[in-house]
Amino acid sequence: MIKKILDTSTLDKDLLKQLDAYIMSLEGDKQEHLIHVLHKAQKLFGYLPQNLQLYVARALNLSGARVNGVVTFYSFFNEKPVGKYTISVCMGTACFVKGADKVLSRVLELTGMNKNEISKDGLFTVKDVRCIGACGLAPVMTINDKVYGKVKPKDVDDIIRHYRSIENESK
Amino acid sequence: MTIFDKLVQLKINDITVTVEKGKTILEAAEKIGVHIPTLCHLNLQDFGVVNKSANCRVCVVEDEDTGRLVPSCAQEVHDGMRIQTDSLKAVMGRRTNLELILSNHPQDCLTCIKNLDCELQSLAYELNIKEIHYQGEKMSHPKDETSFGIIKDTNKCIMCRRCITMCNDIQTVGVLSALKRGFDSVVATAFHLDLNQTSCTYCGQCVSVCPTGALAETNDSPKVWRALNNPNKHVIVQVAPAVRAAIGEEFGYEPGTILTGKVVSGLRRLGFEQVFDTNFGADLTIIEEATELVDRIQNNKTLPMLTSCCPAWVQFIEHQFPELLDVPSSCKSPHEMVGVLAKTYYAQVKNIDPKDIVMVSIMPCTAKKAEAARGELNKDGLSDVDHVITTRELARMFLEASIDFRKLPEDDFDDLLGESTGAAAIFGTTGGVIEAATRTAYEMITGEELKEVNFKQLRGLEGIRQAKVKIKDLELNIGIAHGLGNARKLLEDIRDGKSNFHAIEIMACPGGCIGGGGQPYHHGHTDILLKRQKALYDLDASMPKRKSHQNEMLIKLYKDFLGEPGGHRAHELLHTTYSAKERI
Ligand code: SF4
Ligand code: SF4
Ligand code: SF4
Ligand code: FES
Ligand code: FES
Repeated sequence: MIKKILDTSTLDKDLLKQLDAYIMSLEGDKQEHLIHVLHKAQKLFGYLPQNLQLYVARALNLSGARVNGVVTFYSFFNEKPVGKYTISVCMGTACFVKGADKVLSRVLELTGMNKNEISKDGLFTVKDVRCIGACGLAPVMTINDKVYGKVKPKDVDDIIRHYRSIENESK
Repeated sequence: MTIFDKLVQLKINDITVTVEKGKTILEAAEKIGVHIPTLCHLNLQDFGVVNKSANCRVCVVEDEDTGRLVPSCAQEVHDGMRIQTDSLKAVMGRRTNLELILSNHPQDCLTCIKNLDCELQSLAYELNIKEIHYQGEKMSHPKDETSFGIIKDTNKCIMCRRCITMCNDIQTVGVLSALKRGFDSVVATAFHLDLNQTSCTYCGQCVSVCPTGALAETNDSPKVWRALNNPNKHVIVQVAPAVRAAIGEEFGYEPGTILTGKVVSGLRRLGFEQVFDTNFGADLTIIEEATELVDRIQNNKTLPMLTSCCPAWVQFIEHQFPELLDVPSSCKSPHEMVGVLAKTYYAQVKNIDPKDIVMVSIMPCTAKKAEAARGELNKDGLSDVDHVITTRELARMFLEASIDFRKLPEDDFDDLLGESTGAAAIFGTTGGVIEAATRTAYEMITGEELKEVNFKQLRGLEGIRQAKVKIKDLELNIGIAHGLGNARKLLEDIRDGKSNFHAIEIMACPGGCIGGGGQPYHHGHTDILLKRQKALYDLDASMPKRKSHQNEMLIKLYKDFLGEPGGHRAHELLHTTYSAKERI
């Protein structure tokens, strides 16, 4: 018996089948598609746990360290489960100069959590990201696909409240 | 296109120089003897790689036309370029960049394992840094001391990526990678796993190129001192073939000076009761390995047979090709053989309880440290080898004991496990083991005397070599690989059924053990390896006996104790098993 450090057998079989099919469908040098494969995996599983990263590494014949390096390089990959809403606060230079750090701390205060963790109600994950190319609107934050520009710390209260109320109504 | 189209003319410090297109400013400067300091850059062209991460910016020079500072190690030359390496701007630029690196570096040089052997430290001296004008936030990563071979102290990492180049491009093990980015970026294992949970082979090639103390061998000398100071212990030492050709470099000798006699007398001074020679174990390995090879050939068993004396390579196949574990020879490595014999044969002759014997191996190698801790080599609470220290650690022990190495007299190994032949001497270089095995296999198969013992076709530094050796009507196909990336290619062929070799020698380290992860640092001067290699071949040529089976003490060992080569007792003591491991 090979000693298992990271067990890939606990991953959902059906989702893996879909991932395998996706990898099979790729043309050319599969290793070059690493980022696509990771995107696909994240879409299927919601996030990229370590054993899934290792699974991808083996499927593409890459080292685990290489895959983990790519996953941790890009902020759009999540190594931990994420909430229903991902709040990304831009920390690029333009946004930073306009007080993005204050926006970020207000967000964290209101959701009562640390960066990259999931909030207790399971609703939010907060991340700081690099310039998202909307510097004209600095400071910028996004919630899933929606962009909020020229955000002041006090606007944050309204925005968060909005998402909480949607949730409450749907219950 | 004429040759002139391929040439570029530029001026460096007002000196005109012509080089080929595509060369860097650094290479052009070297050509005219202009020195530019570098840090992350590492040219290992002999092994086919250059580390060009170009992120330290310690090598900047001034481009006079633009007035800008450019990294000379990465910037390619172009026609009419004018470069100043010693303008005020260039000098200050380099200093600022180095100060920035130093600003978050833990400044504990006094007790650092790399003290006086650290490229960052030398550079601080060379650039005359007397004050650091910046305050950087220090990193606070835990030290990884989980493995038996290598300590990783990430806080000392300057992100030069040399280790990544070594581990990925040369060794193809891929244990290390850059994670995250920006200020948070760090060179680490996948998921920050402990090194002993990864597929690390402990070859130490990352250590041998790390410019700082971020990667180093585990320091086992305190354990050896403790044993030497214990009156109830009978402490024995043995010295590997490649150590004698390299240790002199730590004491100012020319690379490639063989210093066996001094090492032996130095070890006696340190207080070891017996000084044995791993070369004896090498001769013994040859007898067992050649016996196994002849058996495998004559009885149609698994071929090719792969040599098994390099533990990093064994670790590699266990992790990367677990389906091929029947191809390596079952022979233990030479120092493990000497170890087990010290605790059985020698213990019996001297009537000592094996439990009181402590076996210490002096090795060029960090992987042997991990090897000595393998479960297969530790039976019934008794390890074949108790402690392994590297060439570098031994040099430090001599210093610590205030032994003046250069003034040491010459001395000989102790008899019982101390005799050796020229065949054993060349174990320390790529190609040596298989040449030694061929000398013995020839006489085993033919029963005739081998006249020409030099198999020049097996020598050299090519990464992968192959040769045919005629043994009567048998044509032996021999393969040689050094560096794990080269080994991987041969293994893939075996896996895919495309290999027609009878025997393959594999060494994890480029050059073989002469380039081991525990040897004095070559700091990128790979010509040093060539000198060490030549020294071993010269040593072989100077020996009266050149074939392992001529070793008298070995013959006596089989007669008095082991019985037949490859026989029951030999198997029990001198052979081992392998186990499949996970690839991470
Ligand atoms: S010891 Fe060898 S295998 Fe391990 S990390 Fe270093 S280079 Fe890679
Ligand atoms: S561990 Fe050493 S070799 Fe690797 S990046 Fe850091 S300083 Fe460079
Ligand atoms: S080649 Fe020699 S020094 Fe390198 S890992 Fe193998 S046994 Fe050790
Ligand atoms: S810096 Fe925030 S969008 Fe560019
Ligand atoms: S040596 Fe040129 S950038 Fe590091």
